[in-house]
Amino acid sequence: MDSISLIGMASVITAGLTVAIGSIGPSLGEGRSVAQALSSIAQQPDETNNITRTLFVGLAMIESTAIYCFVVAMILIFANPFWDHVIAK
Amino acid sequence: MDIKTVSPDQVVFWQWGPVSVNATIVFTWVVMGLLVLVSWLVTRRLSSDVQFSRWQNLLEILVEGMQNQIKDISHQETRIYLPFVGTLFLFIAVCNLLSIVPGYTPPTASLSTTAALAICVFVAVPLYGILNRGFLGYLRQYIRPTMFMLPFNIMGELSRTLALAIRLFGNMMSGAKIGAILLAIVPLFFPIIMHALGLLTGLIQAYIFAVLAMVYIASATRAHQEREQKQEKKQEEKGEKSHG
Repeated sequence: MDSISLIGMASVITAGLTVAIGSIGPSLGEGRSVAQALSSIAQQPDETNNITRTLFVGLAMIESTAIYCFVVAMILIFANPFWDHVIAK
Repeated sequence: MDIKTVSPDQVVFWQWGPVSVNATIVFTWVVMGLLVLVSWLVTRRLSSDVQFSRWQNLLEILVEGMQNQIKDISHQETRIYLPFVGTLFLFIAVCNLLSIVPGYTPPTASLSTTAALAICVFVAVPLYGILNRGFLGYLRQYIRPTMFMLPFNIMGELSRTLALAIRLFGNMMSGAKIGAILLAIVPLFFPIIMHALGLLTGLIQAYIFAVLAMVYIASATRAHQEREQKQEKKQEEKGEKSHG
């Protein structure tokens, strides 16, 4: 197998795996935090504003790990430096 | 934006020798011009009367909302934070919301814009910290609680700047990409829904960017006040004891 098809295959498979595995953890974490926030709002409706704001900030923090995976996958597919190197040769 | 181009930096509008004007620069200037023009037009004739224009009402709601949010987060005087944090929020929000206009690509979908914004926060945090607690007082928080935390504190400072940049970039870029991919698969109806969802995401991301910037600034300035309050409390207790 020549290096072009090898690199192409490796990048595509790795990109899929990156998003697939990388989204498991953040989705579990986001689900847990939203569930916890909802039950806290149900217990203390007066603190809804505070809880919601903290929830959004926390969700952004959790979500950023998934976003990193997505960015890496995008780089692997659309801006892969190894692929460009092989193509340019 | 084409599906192959990762960032609007690659879309070049005009080139003259080494000087090129790409989509990021053009749309950043469009957004800046829009913000300045609207604010100038509205604030030209402000009235403190009962009767005022609806545009003034909009601006008042925006500014007051931002003030309240900053006050909630920092528990401090909002006056010195509002220009910086408010500008960040307004710029990113307008950048993201204009993506409903055809032919427009949000400049926040380019890593260079978001990196610049994150670097602004990276510079502003020490500035506000030094302004609030003095040079040595600010530096001292790096060796808290112990000396061994110094490298971790510095690493945290750098990595959260990187996280700010990548988060905004990833979110906005993914919105554009998902729109383009869905356009290729189900061209008629579904991309519109994703686009509407993208508007919501864009506004939330602007809010989150501003809130995180404010949280970082508050964490650089707040510890000082807490310690002062503790000392005051201790002194009060001492006073009570000596009185008793």
